[in-house]
Amino acid sequence: MDVVIAGTGMHPWGKWGRSFVEYGVAAARAALRDAGLDWTEVQYVVGADTIRNGYPGFIAGATFAQALGWTGARIASCYAACASGAQAIDIARTRILAGLCDVALVVGADSTPKGFFTPVGGDRPDDPDWLRFRLLGATNPAYFALYARRRMALYGDTPEDFAAVKVKNAQAGSLNENARYRKTVTAEEVLASPMVADPLRLMDICATSDGGAALVLASEGYARRRGLSTAVRIAAVSTVTPSFPNTVLELPCFATDSTAAVPPPERTFRASIAHAAYEEAGLGPQDLSFAEVYDLSTALELDWAEDVGLAPPGEAGKLLRAGDTALGGRIPVNPSGGLASFGEAIPAQAIAQVCELTRQLRGTAGSRQVVNARAALAANQGLFGHGSAIIAVT
Amino acid sequence: MAAPAIDGWFVTDDDGAVHLLGTRCAGCRTVYFPPQTGFCRNPHCAGEDLTPARLSRRGTVWSYTNACYPPPAPFAAAEPYTPVTLAAVELAEEGIVVLGQVKDLTVDDLHVGMELELTSGALADGPLVWMWGRA
Ligand SMILES: [Zn+2]
Repeated sequence: MDVVIAGTGMHPWGKWGRSFVEYGVAAARAALRDAGLDWTEVQYVVGADTIRNGYPGFIAGATFAQALGWTGARIASCYAACASGAQAIDIARTRILAGLCDVALVVGADSTPKGFFTPVGGDRPDDPDWLRFRLLGATNPAYFALYARRRMALYGDTPEDFAAVKVKNAQAGSLNENARYRKTVTAEEVLASPMVADPLRLMDICATSDGGAALVLASEGYARRRGLSTAVRIAAVSTVTPSFPNTVLELPCFATDSTAAVPPPERTFRASIAHAAYEEAGLGPQDLSFAEVYDLSTALELDWAEDVGLAPPGEAGKLLRAGDTALGGRIPVNPSGGLASFGEAIPAQAIAQVCELTRQLRGTAGSRQVVNARAALAANQGLFGHGSAIIAVT
Repeated sequence: MAAPAIDGWFVTDDDGAVHLLGTRCAGCRTVYFPPQTGFCRNPHCAGEDLTPARLSRRGTVWSYTNACYPPPAPFAAAEPYTPVTLAAVELAEEGIVVLGQVKDLTVDDLHVGMELELTSGALADGPLVWMWGRA
């Protein structure tokens, strides 16, 4: 038996200044409408938590269920940083596969402050996420910049390559009504934007956004009985952790694990996330029609393209320059426009990636449509080692 | 001398040499920074005896960047603000990459693979942190 994606819904990304609950409810209602299902029929609700919106955000499942109207449905709430949405999908899917429910609603939404993400307040010298700001002033973009500079040194990538990623994603995003940034940009504009964390400029780095996304998941049997769409199935959900020693300096850490006693694992953490998804789906990168990856920065999209196996290490730039990863190319990356066009709404983002997978695989992505899309992967990574990759197929 | 911004992560000898303070597992010899105590994180090791270890003072730049805008609190940004430089430095013997502020060098002075040496410097509000400096 498979789990099908019966409905998708989104509240447009932006800086709307309203409660995350509103965005979540709007996305949930849109997903239910898309599925052709009434809220009162939902048996299980999973909320992906947000940590910057007080107590209602910590128990997002209950918050959304209350807002939609208590029905006695069972719930879960979960937090896994950027992987929260994928974790929520995993929980709902697993419960359906276990036969404990037939149909579930997954919701994530966020309302974000202006500017850099800062640590949760208070004096907390035993929290590395607080300490990295206190001792080093190491913001999230600082880590993205370390990876970007490393690519330049190792592979010869240039700021022009990074700008080309933004140009590509802005082009796709201009065609997406749910994206926050709808304007196309030129490489000159990217390269003229202010330097934030050398070598990354303002337009290389994804913003933080408000937004909401939701999915209706169902067992294939239930979907058939109820006449819901069975066009798109979930073939894999990878939620792997790193293997010791993790030799990539991960946000928010001060150091890598040491290789003094144990040699590095065969795959880096990011590569292992996709690998586990491919194993579970019985597919490989050559089977994908497109991929959605977590482009927190332009340079990071190139890292991800290699990590999910679309190019050997160091050759994602070549793929980009050939136009292969653009809409209409051989293997589009981020046909939604990616985080470059959305800005990150943490608990909603992984769910939004799967909304894009579903629309593309249904053939309803309009002017962004990837021709004959049959299989796709969405990948991201949550702080402290929450891997997440989802493969959906027609 | 000013107090360290955090206790037990680095030490300054009488001759001024600064060392990062980590720990080493007595069972498997894995090194940790920041200092790990209580249990070893190697999944193949049940070690609970982690003893203080001074890390190599020199390493090579794994990567580097800067903060062109003042980082938010709890960082204390200097006024007027000059960009903070950061380097992730690889210590060969320990097989570890350690992030730190860079003292008296900008991104234009750095390149991947360059050798740096540990020193210390003051945060804008006074206390000391470890910093990477010219070797
Ligand atoms: Zn050990």
